[in-house]
Amino acid sequence: MDAGLLAQFVANGLMLGMMYALVAVGFTLFFGVLDVIKFSHGDVLTVGAFTGYSTYLGLKLLGAADPWLQVAAVLVVACSAMALLGALIARYLVMPLKSAPALNILLATLMLGTVLRESVRLFYPDGANPKRFPRLLPTDAVALGDFNLRLDSVLLFLGGLAVIVAIHVLVNRSKLGLAIRAVAQDEETARTMGINFTLVVLFTFALGSAAAAFAGVMNGLYYNEINFGMGLWLGVIGFSAAIVGGLGNIYGAILGGFLFAALQTVGAVALPFASAYKDVFAFAVVIAIMAWRPTGLIAEKTSERV
Amino acid sequence: MSAAPRTPLWPGIAAAALVTAFAVAFMWAENEWEVIGVLAAAAVAVLVARRSGWLAPAARAFETREPAMNRVALAALLVFVAVFHGDHFPLLMVGTVLVYFTVCLGLTIQFGYAGVVNFAAAAFLGTGCYSAAVLAAHSAIPHLALIAIGGAVAALVGSILILPVLRTRGHYAAVVTIAFGLLFKTFLEVNDTLGGPQGLKLPSMRLLGMTFNDNFSVAGVEFSFYMHYVLAALALAVLAFAVTRRLERSWIGVSLDAIRLDETASACFGIHIARWKIVAFTLGNFMAGAAGALYALMLGFIAPTSFTFGDSLVMVSIVLLGGIGNPWGAALAAAIVVVLPEKLQVIQEYRFLLYATMVILVLLYRPEGLLPRPLRRYLPGWRPQ
Repeated sequence: MDAGLLAQFVANGLMLGMMYALVAVGFTLFFGVLDVIKFSHGDVLTVGAFTGYSTYLGLKLLGAADPWLQVAAVLVVACSAMALLGALIARYLVMPLKSAPALNILLATLMLGTVLRESVRLFYPDGANPKRFPRLLPTDAVALGDFNLRLDSVLLFLGGLAVIVAIHVLVNRSKLGLAIRAVAQDEETARTMGINFTLVVLFTFALGSAAAAFAGVMNGLYYNEINFGMGLWLGVIGFSAAIVGGLGNIYGAILGGFLFAALQTVGAVALPFASAYKDVFAFAVVIAIMAWRPTGLIAEKTSERV
Repeated sequence: MSAAPRTPLWPGIAAAALVTAFAVAFMWAENEWEVIGVLAAAAVAVLVARRSGWLAPAARAFETREPAMNRVALAALLVFVAVFHGDHFPLLMVGTVLVYFTVCLGLTIQFGYAGVVNFAAAAFLGTGCYSAAVLAAHSAIPHLALIAIGGAVAALVGSILILPVLRTRGHYAAVVTIAFGLLFKTFLEVNDTLGGPQGLKLPSMRLLGMTFNDNFSVAGVEFSFYMHYVLAALALAVLAFAVTRRLERSWIGVSLDAIRLDETASACFGIHIARWKIVAFTLGNFMAGAAGALYALMLGFIAPTSFTFGDSLVMVSIVLLGGIGNPWGAALAAAIVVVLPEKLQVIQEYRFLLYATMVILVLLYRPEGLLPRPLRRYLPGWRPQ
C-alpha cells in the first residue's frame, strides 16, 4: 500500500474518530451527572443534522448566499435547538424516571429515540430518503503526492477539536464545571452545598446534546449526505466508544472515539473480506470489546453499595 | 377442607366470550370507520366494567382457577378460528399473533423473570426464519424438525452473546444486544448466499403427507390452507406457554425472580447467577427461533426488512405494554400490536412511532402495564391482604 492511500485512511479515521468522540462525550456527561444512559442521544444527533439542513434551505430561500454565514448559522441553529431539545428530554423524561428501575429509563430513552427517528422519517418532507447535505466549506485541496488533503476536512477536524477542548475547559476550569463535577460525584452533598441540581443537570444535557448536533452537522458536511437512520448507528458506536474509554471520563470518551475509529479503519483496510462487511465488523468489535472489558479501558471508579 | 367456596368460573368465561365476540366483530369490520367504532365500543365497555367493578371477578377467575381458564381461553381462540375457517387474512393474522406471542414468552423469561435485557428479539426470530429457509431449500429434513432446529440455531447463535451479556449489566448489556440486532440485519443485507436484500423463498410445509399450502375440506366444509399453520402455531404457543408457566411457578422461577430483583442478595443465598441467566437467555432465544422457523414456513417468503431494530423494539413494547412478566398480558398486547395496524391501514406507516409513544406513556404513568403481573402465590387459596 502506498503512502498516499495510507494517509487518506488516516485522515478518514481521524474524522470518524472526532465524530465518535463528540457523541461519546455526550454519553459520558449524562452518565456523570445522573448515572443514566440516554439512548436517544444518537437520534438527537439526527434531528440536529436535519435542523442544520433546514436552516441551510431557509437561508438559501432568504438569499443569504455567503457560505461562511451559512455554516455559522447552520451550526448555531442546530446546536442551540438540540441543546433545548436535550434539556427538555432531561426535564420531562429522564428526571421523572430517575428513581425508577434502570431498565425503565433505558426503555423510555430507547423509545424516545424511536419517536425522534420515526418523526424525521415520516414528518420531514421526503424524510425517508437520504438528503444531499451541501458543501459549504471551501474544498481547495493540497496535493501531497497521491494524497489530497481537502481544506474542509481540516476545518471540520479543527472545529471538532475546538468543541472538545471547549467542553474540557468548561468542565475542568469554570465554576459551572465545578458544579457539574460536584453533582457527578455526589448529588446530595452537592445539593447541600447550594448547587442547583436541576439546573446543572439540564445544562449538562444541553451541552451534550449541542455537541451531538455539532457532530451531526459535521457528519453532513463531511459525507454530504444525511438520513434518518444515521443517528442510531452513530449513537450505538458513540456509546460503545464511551464505554471503551470508561463511562464518566471525558478523556476516556475521546480516547475511545479515536480507538474505535482506528479499529474500524484498520478493519476496513486490512481484513480480507469485502468492505460491504465493514459495518458488520464494527458491531462485532463492539460486542467483542464489551465481552473483553465490560466497564472500559479506564475503569469506572465505583464500588457497589449493598 | 374446602371451607372457602371456590371462586366462580363464570365471570372468566363471560370475559373470554366477550373478548371473542369483540375480536370477531373487529375482524368483520370492513372499513376504517367501522374498525374505529368497534374499538371505541370496546374502550367504553372496558371503562364501564372497571367503574362498576366487573373486572375484578374475571381477573380473580383467571388467577385462581388457572387450569380451567387456560382451557376457556383456548376454546375461545378455537371458536374465533372456526368462525373464520375459510378466510385467509384473519387466519394469517391469528398465526402471526401466535408467533409474536411465542417470541414474547421468550422475552418474558429473559427480562420479565431473569432480568436479562434483549433488544435483538427480531434477530433471533430471523435466525430461526433463515435457518428454516436454508434447510428447507437444501435438505430433506422433515419440516416439523425444522422448527426445533430453528430454535436450536437461534439458541446457538445467542450463545455467542452469553459471555458479553453475563459480564455486563443493564445499559451495557443492552448495547451488546442492540449491536447484535444491527449487525444481524446488516449481515443479511450484504450476504448474497442468504439472498441479500431480496430475501429467500420457502416451499410449502409438509407433515405426514399433508401439504400445508393446499386448502382442504372436512365433511364438506372448505378450510383455508392457513388453518394448518394456525393450528401448528397454536400448538407451539401452547407448548411455550406451558413451559413459561411451569418455569415461573417452579423453584427455578423463584431463583430467576431473585436474580432480577437483587443479584448480590441472591448470590449470597447460593443461587448460581450465571447458570440461571444462561438458562433464561438460551431458552428465550430458543422460543424465538422456533417461532421464527414456523413463521418463515407460514409466510413462504422472508427478507431482511422484517428483522430490523424497530421490530425488536416492537416485541419489547408488547412485553412492556402487556405487563412485564405476565404471559396473559403478552398475549393481549401481541394481539393488539400485530392486528391493529393491519386493520387500520392509516396507522400502518406510523406504527413504530405510535408504539414508541405508547411505551413512553406506559412507563411514565402505568409502569406495570395493561395486565400487571400478580403476586406469586406460594399456597393454594392464599390471597395477598
